[in-house]
Amino acid sequence: MSLYFTKEHEWIKVEGDIATVGITDFAQAQLGDIVFVEVPEAGRQVTQGGEAAVVESVKAASDVYAPVSGEIVEGNAALENDPSLVNTAPEGEGWFFKIRLSDNHQLSDLMSADQYKAFVDSQ
Amino acid sequence: MSDAGERTLPLDAWHRAKGARMVPFAGYQMPIQYDGIMAEHKWTRENAGLFDVSHMGQLVVAGDGAEKSLEEVLPADLSILKDGRLRYSLLLTEDGGIIDDLMVTRRGDHFYLVVNGATKEGDIAHLQERMPAVVVDHMKEQALLALQGPKAVDALSRAAPGVEALTFMTGGTFDIEGVPAWISRSGYTGEDGFEISVQAKDVEAVANLLASQPEVKPIGLGARDSLRLEAGLPLYGHDLDVNTTPVEADLTFALSKRRREEGGFPGWHRIASELQNGTILKRVGLAVEGRQPVREGAMVMDGEGNEVGRVTSGGFSPTLESAIAMAYVPTASAEPGNAITLAQRGKIFQARVVPMPFVPHKYQRKGAQK
Repeated sequence: MSLYFTKEHEWIKVEGDIATVGITDFAQAQLGDIVFVEVPEAGRQVTQGGEAAVVESVKAASDVYAPVSGEIVEGNAALENDPSLVNTAPEGEGWFFKIRLSDNHQLSDLMSADQYKAFVDSQ
Repeated sequence: MSDAGERTLPLDAWHRAKGARMVPFAGYQMPIQYDGIMAEHKWTRENAGLFDVSHMGQLVVAGDGAEKSLEEVLPADLSILKDGRLRYSLLLTEDGGIIDDLMVTRRGDHFYLVVNGATKEGDIAHLQERMPAVVVDHMKEQALLALQGPKAVDALSRAAPGVEALTFMTGGTFDIEGVPAWISRSGYTGEDGFEISVQAKDVEAVANLLASQPEVKPIGLGARDSLRLEAGLPLYGHDLDVNTTPVEADLTFALSKRRREEGGFPGWHRIASELQNGTILKRVGLAVEGRQPVREGAMVMDGEGNEVGRVTSGGFSPTLESAIAMAYVPTASAEPGNAITLAQRGKIFQARVVPMPFVPHKYQRKGAQK
């Protein structure tokens, strides 16, 4: 298992060719109370940097981008009934979707945990 | 750090020390939240929330003829406004457009006005131009706090004994441990509560005293917005602007009976005509299906997919746990129960017109049972 991060404050956990994607603790704290999440349906093709999900806090709507290209294998259905999971467990039960990677090389565009921490500290 | 051009509130350091996240609003650095909007919203509905609204403009209108001059710019009947009573009113253009909404209070020999922060400079210029014979004084050294919620009266009456005798939309002079204060029973949340005007130099002591009461937590702008939305109260610059009239905005209660008949205020001709003939659009409340917020700027669509109106405020209601909105819709569709179709970022939402407030007001009216 490897863990990666993006400048859009997503985390990507890769196991085999499946990447689980969510938003970081930093991102959920910035967004505040999450009241709605729209996750992509299984089977949809997403491309790196393209819109994949929508997250709405009390304050505003934000897009969640696909950090890597591939086919959506699952959206987190639990978020429909309990979007606050993104606040309480952003890097656990509050995951957004799983992608079957189409291009492993894209992972090299992503940040490591240390790089992400330095990036957040510089914000 | 405040950005260039943004002023700081007298309580700026106090907010930061309380853990507030500060954002630019109405030309000031203001606290948007402390613990989180949802928690602050619910705390205010169940306990008491302390809001810093010192960005708002506090004005005194004084001098011979102040009442007559104010009636030339406001549609309120000030002749029947008793001492210590507040009234909601509007500054209007000659076309009946809303320049600002405000509270006007008769305070002895003068009137005290509270206007919106983002519009106060323009309001003052407008008032001075339209009322050259009277003094319009901007009380720049005055801060304004609001204490809102069902337990506000418990907390405030400990600090300022006697406030419990005030009823909704009345005010008076009180002493908060040696600090002179003008306190009215009014607010912008739909809850019982008070607005407290003190000198800026005293506001930190008053804020500390109030925040130390067990019922009280500081509340930011985020919850202020969701609370006022649930209460059905319009926000200037969003639900109201110079292109909307009081009739379109469903604020005809602000047009006093005598003034509707006699006129003599800006925009009267158009407003009298609209009162008689109606308007094309009207501000209504919408209950939106589902949880996804439909926000300001979303379109109101007719059956053919044409845009026929606009959402002016919208969000997630923490009390109702569903999406609610205010929108201008065709008057023909404005009756409660009517189905309304909305479009936002290419997605269609179903809504229906519902009466406002979305969450019942809990004002302490005169003669009401406790």
